[in-house]
Order: sequence, then C-alpha cells, then structure tokens
Amino acid sequence: MGSQGGFGQSKEFLDLVKSIGEARSKSEEDRIVLHEIEMLKRRINEPDIPKRKMKEYIIRLVYIEMLGHDASFGYIHAVKMTHDDSLLLKRTGYLAVTLFLNEDHDLIILIVNTIQKDLKSDNYLVVCAALNAVCKLINEETIPAVIQQVVELLGHPKEGVRKKAVMALHSFYQRSPSSVNHLVSSFQKKLCDNDPGVMGATLFPLYDLITIDVNLYKDLVVSFVNILKQVAERRLPKSYDYHQTPAPFIQIKLLKILALLGSGDKRSSEHMYTVIGDIMRKSDTTSNIGNAILYECICCISSIQSSPKLLETAADAIAKFLKSDSHNLKYMGIDALGRLIRLSPEIAEQHQLAVIDCLEDPDDTLKRKTFELLYKMTKSSNVEVIVDRMIDYMISINDSHYKTETASRCVELAEQFAPSNHWFIQTMNKVFQHAGDLVNPKVAHNLMRLIAEGFGEDDDTADSQLRSSAVESYLQIVDQPKLPSAFLQVICWVLGEYGTADGKYSASYISGKLCDAAEAHSDDDIVKAYAVTALMKVYSFEKAAGRKFNLLPECQSLLEELSASHSSDLQQRAYEFQAILDLDANAIENIMPLDASCEDIEIDKSLSFLDSYVHKSLEEGAEPYIPEHERSGTLSISNMGNQNQYDTSSHSLRFEAYEVPKPVIPIGIPAPISYPTELVPLPEPSYQRDVQPIASLGPVSDAGSTGLKLRLDGVQKKWGKPTYSSAASSSTSNSDSHRTTVSGATQPDTVVSKSRESSSYDSSSRRQPHVEVSEEKQKLAASLFGGTSSRSEKKQSGGTAAGGGGHSKVSRVSNHTEEKVRPTTTVVQPPPPDLLDLAEPTGTMSSSSSVIDPFKQLEGLLDMSEDGITATPSNGPDLMSLYSENGQNLNQNTILNEKDDPSSENTTKRTASLTKGPSLKDALNKDALVRQMGVNPTSQNPNLFSDLLG
Amino acid sequence: MIHFVLLISRQGKVRLTKWYSPYSQKERSKVIRELSGMILTRGPKLSNFVEWRGFKVVYKRYASLYFCMCINQEDNELEILEIIHHFVEILDRYFGSVCELDLIFNFHKAYYILDEILIAGELQESSKKTVARLVSAQDSLVDAAKEEANSISNIIAQATK
Repeated sequence: MGSQGGFGQSKEFLDLVKSIGEARSKSEEDRIVLHEIEMLKRRINEPDIPKRKMKEYIIRLVYIEMLGHDASFGYIHAVKMTHDDSLLLKRTGYLAVTLFLNEDHDLIILIVNTIQKDLKSDNYLVVCAALNAVCKLINEETIPAVIQQVVELLGHPKEGVRKKAVMALHSFYQRSPSSVNHLVSSFQKKLCDNDPGVMGATLFPLYDLITIDVNLYKDLVVSFVNILKQVAERRLPKSYDYHQTPAPFIQIKLLKILALLGSGDKRSSEHMYTVIGDIMRKSDTTSNIGNAILYECICCISSIQSSPKLLETAADAIAKFLKSDSHNLKYMGIDALGRLIRLSPEIAEQHQLAVIDCLEDPDDTLKRKTFELLYKMTKSSNVEVIVDRMIDYMISINDSHYKTETASRCVELAEQFAPSNHWFIQTMNKVFQHAGDLVNPKVAHNLMRLIAEGFGEDDDTADSQLRSSAVESYLQIVDQPKLPSAFLQVICWVLGEYGTADGKYSASYISGKLCDAAEAHSDDDIVKAYAVTALMKVYSFEKAAGRKFNLLPECQSLLEELSASHSSDLQQRAYEFQAILDLDANAIENIMPLDASCEDIEIDKSLSFLDSYVHKSLEEGAEPYIPEHERSGTLSISNMGNQNQYDTSSHSLRFEAYEVPKPVIPIGIPAPISYPTELVPLPEPSYQRDVQPIASLGPVSDAGSTGLKLRLDGVQKKWGKPTYSSAASSSTSNSDSHRTTVSGATQPDTVVSKSRESSSYDSSSRRQPHVEVSEEKQKLAASLFGGTSSRSEKKQSGGTAAGGGGHSKVSRVSNHTEEKVRPTTTVVQPPPPDLLDLAEPTGTMSSSSSVIDPFKQLEGLLDMSEDGITATPSNGPDLMSLYSENGQNLNQNTILNEKDDPSSENTTKRTASLTKGPSLKDALNKDALVRQMGVNPTSQNPNLFSDLLG
Repeated sequence: MIHFVLLISRQGKVRLTKWYSPYSQKERSKVIRELSGMILTRGPKLSNFVEWRGFKVVYKRYASLYFCMCINQEDNELEILEIIHHFVEILDRYFGSVCELDLIFNFHKAYYILDEILIAGELQESSKKTVARLVSAQDSLVDAAKEEANSISNIIAQATK
C-alpha cells in the first residue's frame, strides 16, 4: 500500500485541496469553500451522475464539513449512497453519514433499513461498515431495531465483526443503559473469546455494567484477576505488545474494572494484591506506556481496600512521578497524590516541595491540577494560605469555566474552615468582587444569612462586630465602579439592615451611598430594588428610633424616578417607601423592626383575620367565595386578561363577587398611597424574589383580598398586558401580605456579584514578602502541610453559621459532605532533612525517553527538507541528496529512539524504513506526483513533507 | 471516553476531525477555534494536557501536525497519549513514512483507519497487525472494484468504437 495510489480523485478536487492549503487567511479559505459549495450544490442535483463521480462529490462534502462549513444539502446523497450494492460506494456512504449525522438527525430513519440489511450480509466487510455506522447513528429509539442482529453477530466467525458488535453494544449502553442489561451472560462468554481483540473490547460493556451495580459482578473478580495476570505474563500474542509492554491498553481497562469491583470490598480486594504488586514491580518506568499502567495501578490501589504494602509501593511510584522532569509525569503524580491522600494523608509531606514547585510552575495545566490537590488537602490549619493562593489564581484566569470552579471552591473552603468571621467576610468579598457573577446565587444568599445570623454562637457582641466589619468593608467597596450585580445586592441588603445599627455611620451617609449605588447602576433593576428597599429600612429605623431626619434630595429624586418606572416591582417599592414615611413611629416600628430578618414569619394561611370582613360582606348579600379550582368558568391564567377586557357577564360567578368593593379603590392608583393601612398586594416579581411584605395593621380595611384582585386589574389595564396576574401570583400575594410584623427582607434567593477591581483589603493571612525563595517555599510548605490538625477540628461553628435555619443546613450539607470524608490525621512537623533531600534533583527519571520532544527531534530534519524543497523544486540529484541527508538524520533519530524502542522488530522496521527502497522511491514518487499536480508546498507550509514520526 | 479527535496543523488549519459525542456544526467550529488557540501557543516543554470546559484535551505534536483528543476527567492521560502514538504508527505503516501531505490528500483513508482503531470513542483494537489486516482487506476490495470498473469501461469503450 502506500500513498502512491492515493490520489484517486480528480484534478479538480486536488486543486481545491491545494488552493485551500495555500489560502493565506481564514476568509480566503472561506471564500474558496463557499464557491465549492455553490458548485457542488449545482452539480450534485444533476440527473444521472456516474456513481464514481458521486462518490467523489460525497468525499468533497466530507471535506467541506471537516473545514467547518455546512454541507447539509448533500446529506441525502450520502444516505442514498449507503443503499448502493457496491461495497466501495457503500463504504463511502457510511463514512460520510457517520461524519455528517448525529444520532438524532431526521435522516437516520432512512438508514436503519439499510443497516439491518447490511448486518445480514455475507461479506464481513459490509457487516463491519454497517457496524461502524451502528455505533455512531443508532439512537435510543432505533436500538430495538438492530439490537437482536447485533447480538447475533457476537457469534460471527470473523473476529473483526465480533469485536465491532461488542463495541456497538457498548455504544448502546451509552445511549440507553437499560438496553444491554440482559446481555451479561453474552458478554461473559465473549470474555473468553479466542481473539484477544474481542476480549479487550468486551471489557468496555462489562465496565459499563459494573458501573451500574457492582454487587452483581463480584463473582467475576477472580476471572478478571486471572486475565490480568495472563496479560501481564505475556500470554497474549506478540502483536498485542506495544513498545515491549504486553497489551497495555487491555491491562489499563482491567485495572479500571478491578478498581470498581474492589471498592469498599476487602475480600475482592485481597484477590488483587498479588497481581497489582507484580504489575507495578514489572512496569517499565522509562516508557510512557509503562507509566500509564503504573498510574492506573495507583488509581486502582486508591480505590480498593488496599494493603499497607501496596500503599507503600504506590507512594514510591508517586515519588518517582513527582521527581521526574517531565511535566506529564509531574501532572500524573499530583493527580495520583490527590487520590492517595485520602488514604494516607501523611504522604503529602514527603512531597511538599515538589508540590509547591508545581504550584509555581509556568505550566497552567500543572498549576490547576496542583490547586485541585490543595483543595483536597485543605484543613483549618492551612485554609488561609490555600484560599489566598486560590483567590490570587482565580483573579488571574480568564476562562470562565475554571473561574467559576475555583470561586466555588474558595467559597466552600471558606465556609467550612474559616478561622474567623473577619477573614471570612474579607475572603467572600474578594471572591464576589472578582467572580461574583459566576458563583452560585446560593452563595450570596448564604453570605447574607451568615451576616444576619452571626456564627451561631450565643455571643451578640461577636455578631455585631461581624456586622460592623461587614458594613465598614462594604462602605469602602460600594463606590468602586463595575461591581457585579449580585455583590451589590449583598452590599445594599447589609447596608440597609445594619448600616446604622452600630451608630457609627449616620443615616444620611448610608443613604447617600445607597442612592449613589442605585444611580451608578441605573440599568440594573434588581440592584435598584435592593437599594430602595435598603433606603426604606434605613429611614424606617431612623424614624422608629424617634430621630429627626430629612430625606436626601437624591433619595427624593430616586423615589420620583422609580415611582414612574416601567418595572412594576420598582414602582411598588417606591410607593411603599413613600407610604411608610407617612406613618407614625409606632407603626413603623411594627412594620420594620430592627434586625428581625432572622425571625420566623408566621403565615396565617386560613386568613382568619379576614373572617369578620367576609362575614359582613356575606350578610350584605355578596356571593360566597368559591376556590379557584372549583370554579368552572375560569380556564386558565391567560384568559384573565381577555375576561377583563371584554365582558364579565360570561363569568358571572367570578366577577360579581368582586363588584362590591370596586368603588373603594380607584383603578390605576396603587393602594399604599391612599390606603396606607390596607393590605398591600404584591405582584410576583419576575425574578423570584421575596418582596418586603408590609404587615397589615390594626383592623383590616374593607378592601381586603378583593381589593387585591381589583388592583391587579388596574395594573393590567395601565400597561395593557394581560399576562400579569395569575392565580398563582394572587395566592402568593395573599399569603405574603398576611405576614405580620415582618422586618424587611426575607432574603432574596438570587444574589451574586463580581468585579475586576482588586481589593485593598488584605486579609491578615497574607503571606510574608518574598525574602528568599527557598525559605519562602519552606514556609509555604510548613503552612500548607505542617501544623497538627485533625478532621474533627473542622469548623463546627461554620457549619451552623451559614446553615442557620434547618432547611439551609440541609442544603449546605448536601453541598459539602461528599468529598470531605478524610480520616483523622496526626500531622508531624516535617523533619528538615526531608526538605533538603527533596531539594536535591534526582536523576532517576531525567533520562526518560518518553519526554523527548518530537519537535526537537525534528528540528534539524525540517530545516533540511525546507531548504531542499524550496530551493530546487525540479532538480533530481539534489532531491536525492536531500533524502539521503534526511536518511542520516533519521538514523540518528533512530538511535535516540532505540532507547525507548529497543525491540529488534521495531528497530529493524525503522532502519528498514530508512534504507528501504520503497520508502525513498515512494517519497520521490510522491513528491513528483505532488509536483505534477502543482501542489508542492510554498514557503508557507514548508514542513508538510516531514514524516510525522521523524 | 474520547469525545473527539482533532488534527490541526501548526498554522491552525484543520486536517482531520472526528466527533464521537454530538456537537453541532457551530459548536465544532468554536471548539476548534478555542482549542487551537490554547494548544498551538503552548511551549514545547509543558505537559501534553490541557483542561478545557471540564474535560481534558491530550495533544501531541508530530512534525507540524498536532493530534488532539478530548477525554473525560477520570480518563488516563498517559494512555491517551499512547493511543495517539498508536494511531500515528499505524498511519506511518500504512502510508510508509507518513507526512502531513498524505493526510491532507487522503483524509478519507485516514478516516477509514481511525474507524478501525477507535469506535464509539473507545480504543477497539490495540494490535497494529490486526488493524493493518482489516484496512488492507478493504483496500484490496476497493482495488478489485476499480479493476472491474476499468475493465467494464474498457469493454464499453471498445464496444462503442
């Protein structure tokens, strides 16, 4: 074989490939491709296209699609091609459809029939092609159409077919796990297949099944261990060896399965000790694949119930990884350390310096992995250092996915291990400032709750200190531009609730800040809503305390602006505010008690306080209330608007009942102004936020719940939107409005924040300045790994603090428990010799040939070919010399490679490829052909000719 | 599980893409853009892994071509690195000192070979010999079909003379 016959396509297509290859910009490439698409669109629909031509069109479509353009106009032709009788065309058709279509595409239904037919074919190549398509295209709905046939193919005489059938069943599992549940025995039989390829493939579906329910497969432990033993003892055919390692990919899969089976099962695990130990001892640590197996062994050891001896071996292997020069191995080492640390936390100490080196490594991947490790080993003794580092890192990353993850980890660690309230607030501020919009809104909610409830200790001074420090820090932050919305919400709420509580700041100062915040974020309704509510609280507290105050002019203008706002919620708040200002101090104190956000709200669901009113109305002849679900006339919420706009006669029941109180409230004028003592109905805000309910005072006015309906009507009319009121919203408003003596803010559900401004609030836990590198590192090491601490130390108060109410506690627990099950550790201060020892470079792994960079190896080679090709395009002798030069270079390379590749087979293969006639000739032929086609690369792409393997 | 395989040249040109998990055409372009931005700029000494959207991408550079595979968090990166190498060795055996140009013009053959190595995002065959045997069986069939086609067209040509 070889590529000499590879240019089976027409000149036209080769030209296309060539011109795209030479395109200098993406836009040029796009232009060429668009032109090609136009042409194909025209041609592909011509009648009577010869099949070979069509095949080429399909391949061109594949090419277009590969380059990221839409070739959907030709999908149907690819589908048709799968129907063809000729295998050549059928194969192209299948290739194209597997590349074009996802499993949920409409055209799949047209292929299922063909697949069914092809699965029955006598020609095993046809069956193989069909099975390839099955793996990609058969979706949950079509599985039943083919599964029976696929299962039958497990007994096909050709091993290639059996293997693909097994893999097809594996892909069925991925789509619909239940579809293959009944096939366990077939898989078990296939495990003993004569062909190692089929056996290897069977491991995939078995792995799937074991993942579902480990306990059903415990009896297979011994078989798996035996297979693994045989594989490791080189009982498989030589052709499965990979770089002198016996069937490494099968070994790795088996180790994964054993890890599942041995997890939490001492008896099963004991079967595995010997074989895992053997594999680890035998594995070749100089080759990449050997290390891959070693890593998998460590994973397995950390999953099963291991023996101390195995743990020791694993720790040694990790040490080797970490001491290696290869970033890949360091990465694996850090990962493995993270797994093993759960079992034996003390091993981290041996590697502290290596870990810190990784933390400061320029390789971002490695750094990230190391942070993951630190996250796993955080305890209350090192939380400050770790969280500080994590926040610094979080600020530096742009990738929102990892920013979110790091932020939530910071929050989680801070909540769990916070050494002090002050530190906690500062940390949260930093997280919110930099990633506020990314963290879970719950976190903001928790923060507010924490500030409101304190750390749960019965120590009011500590709580009020916490609040004061929060208020103080927020007052400094609030002026910064570009604060994330969620953070501002927290700030507004805290300032409103506690801004004036300790008497340090005057109401006008706080309200000035709040007005500024609302003004600076005039496009953010939620922030404005928080701000105005906070203002309301500040003034209410002032008035309730009997102090004189004047509404700030900016506050006044804010109110005016908001009472004309398009947002009904803002408007509502503005009117409520104004209404409250008109009340007397006593009433306000009832409505807005100081610091009552944590008090439970009792809701009188039966609305018993309305009884007298209802009774009176009934006596006056009103029809009794009929619950909504018993009403026949009302169909749905959306009907409401129509009903209102058109006529009420058709739904007499509903509307007559409400007619009585109608004149009481003038439509269109919100209630709180004219009827300050009545219930204030609460429109359900769109963002699911609990609005401050205003309690009903004294006897209920005669507006009552009916007034509520009417007012909603009025609102609707005003904006002409029928969608506003709903049964749900009115009932919610009902219950809301009957809360009595509620202070402000039941906490909002959604609050998040973020900012780019770096905070000036260095927490006390900042590390010392860099004096001397090694010393600093050692200190870091000591702060990370040192100090005695135990799991039981895990901050209890933190748990109760953010937990507060019963229900939130539950959520917290569910958030944080899983990964936190670390055994108690008795950490010893690391002995100095250890540090020194580690600081010394160890050369054991440095010569590992797996780290030889192919690029480096090729560098010289590339230059050669570059010069040669560009300089003399058509000179025979020169080319010859070029290739012989290449050959020499290659020779050196091979010598290099021999280190990791000393197999005689491989070396001969390589040397053969250097000296072999065909290769040189091939290369020349190839080159000549390419030149013929006019596609020899220009200087832009000089190294297209360099062999990938060097 | 391998979610997709990408072959990108050093200039950021796409040489081969194979998607084992469903991605829309739009997402595909975005993925390629994001990853080539990340991977092509990485220094030679760094690790061969990048974390990306909760997945891991393992890449390896051969001459001017980057082979990338996207895998799950819990997969073994070193193993994937060897799967890439396994693929390249098979390509090398098939094309005889494979170079980028071979893949550019014979991308469909590269697809056929990949289909024999990976299926449903997993390694289906770790024996180079078996893969080579299957691919050549298909090729010989194709050659036979071609000869047949040629002879038929010859006959037709002669008949119409």
